[in-house]
Amino acid sequence: MERITKDDVHPKIIEALLGADSDITVEDALENEMILNMGPQHPATHGVLRVVLRLDGETVIAAVPELGYLHRGYEKMAENMGYYDFIPHTDRLDYLSPLANNVSWVLAVEKLAGIEAPPRAQYIRMMIAEFARIASHLVAIGSLAMDVGALTVFLWTLREREKILDIWDILCGARFTNSYTRIGGIANDASPEAMAKAKWFIDQFLPNLDECERLINKNRIFIERLDGVGVISAADALEIGMTGPSLRGSGVEYDVRRANPYLFYNDMDFKVITYPEGDSLARYFVRVDEAKESAKIIRQILEKMPEGEVLANQPKKVLPKKQEIYSRMEELIHDFMLVNFGINPPVGEIYSAIENSKGEMGFYLVSKGEGHPWKCKIKSPSFSNLQALPHLVQGRMISDVVAIIGSIDPIMGEADK
Amino acid sequence: MGLESKLKQDNFITTKLDAIIAWSRKSSVWPMPMGISCCAIEMMAAADPKYDIARFGSEVMRFTPRQCDLMIVAGTVTYKMAHVVRKIYDQMPDPKWVIAMGACTSSGGMYRSYNVVQGIDQFLPVDVYLAGCPPRPDNLLNALIQIQDKISRTKARDFPNKPLPELKVLQEN
Amino acid sequence: MELKETILKNLKEKFPAVNFEETEFRGELTLTFDKKFVVEVCSFLKENTELQFNMCTDVTAIDWAKRKNRFTVVYQIYSLSHKFRLRLKCNVDESDCSINSVSSVWKSANWYERETYDMYGITFNNHPDLRRMYMPEDFEYHPLRKDFPLMGIPGSLPLPKKD
Repeated sequence: MERITKDDVHPKIIEALLGADSDITVEDALENEMILNMGPQHPATHGVLRVVLRLDGETVIAAVPELGYLHRGYEKMAENMGYYDFIPHTDRLDYLSPLANNVSWVLAVEKLAGIEAPPRAQYIRMMIAEFARIASHLVAIGSLAMDVGALTVFLWTLREREKILDIWDILCGARFTNSYTRIGGIANDASPEAMAKAKWFIDQFLPNLDECERLINKNRIFIERLDGVGVISAADALEIGMTGPSLRGSGVEYDVRRANPYLFYNDMDFKVITYPEGDSLARYFVRVDEAKESAKIIRQILEKMPEGEVLANQPKKVLPKKQEIYSRMEELIHDFMLVNFGINPPVGEIYSAIENSKGEMGFYLVSKGEGHPWKCKIKSPSFSNLQALPHLVQGRMISDVVAIIGSIDPIMGEADK
Repeated sequence: MGLESKLKQDNFITTKLDAIIAWSRKSSVWPMPMGISCCAIEMMAAADPKYDIARFGSEVMRFTPRQCDLMIVAGTVTYKMAHVVRKIYDQMPDPKWVIAMGACTSSGGMYRSYNVVQGIDQFLPVDVYLAGCPPRPDNLLNALIQIQDKISRTKARDFPNKPLPELKVLQEN
Repeated sequence: MELKETILKNLKEKFPAVNFEETEFRGELTLTFDKKFVVEVCSFLKENTELQFNMCTDVTAIDWAKRKNRFTVVYQIYSLSHKFRLRLKCNVDESDCSINSVSSVWKSANWYERETYDMYGITFNNHPDLRRMYMPEDFEYHPLRKDFPLMGIPGSLPLPKKD
């Protein structure tokens, strides 16, 4: 962090910082107060987010976040490639829970094209989405604790996460950024070994998470660092567009799995966790309890999983199986047409959203009947949650800014698209 | 055990100064994690109890460039971020090495778009390129061992005193 | 569904001068209307006690590239109590590339409109803080327009020098 002068920050950012106090001149403000740059590279491991702070001593008066340091041009690339080719790109959006983004994309394309996946594929998709939620919450808890000062919790939650990555390794073939879902189902069936390992993991997960929690839940430093810090009321949170655990930590009971159910969540028995206080400690507790609820859902999925196919049987829209392509004529022709000309959904537009670990993640697709979308808009939850940052840090100290960013848990890969 | 058991006479070793300096530099390489996107998560996984980068001497991942030897650029570098990466590289003291981790830093990766730099060697001198998207933590440890081999072959006269970069360059952003 | 008819009935009663075109695809309702009335329609949809569309989920734009009204601004809104999604669309012409901002109705539209301005170049009148979102401030083009190439324009973004 370094002291900067008027020439180093773009004038429009200074204008936004000085905001409504229009009777203070820039020179005056810079003399009595300080403009501090919490740059894109800083130890709080939440990615490349730049926050320009206006300080009076150590109290923050205004903050302006600046995004765009990881803007890779996803929406423009989606307009130039087919629906199948975009699946590996969706992995890298919320890169802590890659399988959940895959599920979101294929659900959107299936809604547009009118394909329905078989039940076993849908159950497996639910299972991997819940595993992705647990993995993401483990890192969120670990890095929040590390930002506040408790370093051991980070190593212990990462040890749990490595076990989940092992399960994904056996199931999908890759331990991270696995593009496992396909349009019309999933890539390959889950082997009995993977299911046994999933069951073993769920049985030993709750005592281990308890152990990680016991380190910090009654620790005075942890509680005093987070209690009452970054408070936002329910009405404000709805107005400013927050979503996910940050919204449920303010007492609003909105979960896409219950409001507009997708896959088979109607048959699952789980609670929507809310805490009414609205501060960083409430958001932390929402995440811990959600990880436990996800373990409960996975246990029910493992009991109810039906047998059957994992890929839908619609040759004009769904890629056929590899063994059949190499041995039969019709499947070869269909594969050729689908890979070269793409699935051609009807003319129209849809918006489809799922509950990701950070909030509501949605895709808005406009199709003109061609093999690639005409427009693809990604509604990312971290972008909506970061909009609340200037409101949350007002009046707090610099060290609280780090704790607040940790409790919102933004991932810049999806905020910057 | 170790060194003491090999000493035959009165605690004297003859060696070259180059060898001792290179040995001590390579056994304690302190990385500076420039973690930008998904590869940063695999770098964090290389530091966790399963893959354990600490046994190679890289226990401390300092986030301040003034105390580091090795910059691991992990994640897609965009044009806006390139200035920041170069500024941090200039702030590191000599001798320094760079690992380009992953496909995005080596050549732009799967992103052929308007905002992604197609390879960080357009503005940084790179020592080791890592393939993978993202590379497994074992792969990162392999790259670290290659850097250690490279350091063990250096000589003291490879690092003469260089003039400091102009202060103006650092404030241009 | 009954809610769809309620929405249309209330809107037609309150705004008899405005022409609403409705389309329905895969169970989702879309309303297209003239861009001059966007703030009034949106505040009516939010404040009316029967409808209560209190969440603005997304604001974006579509570039049709070779049509008379080149852009269409799209608003996705959501009602928490009825659990119903609605889409509103307004056509914007290239020669008069501006529309009134709805950030006075929903605060969450603030950043979404900034992003639409950055990517498409559509100006939002009465927006409190209209800056670029992702690209650097002195970038001259708007990337998501159809005439901007995927690989970008060489030289438009500077790189630091290698020694």
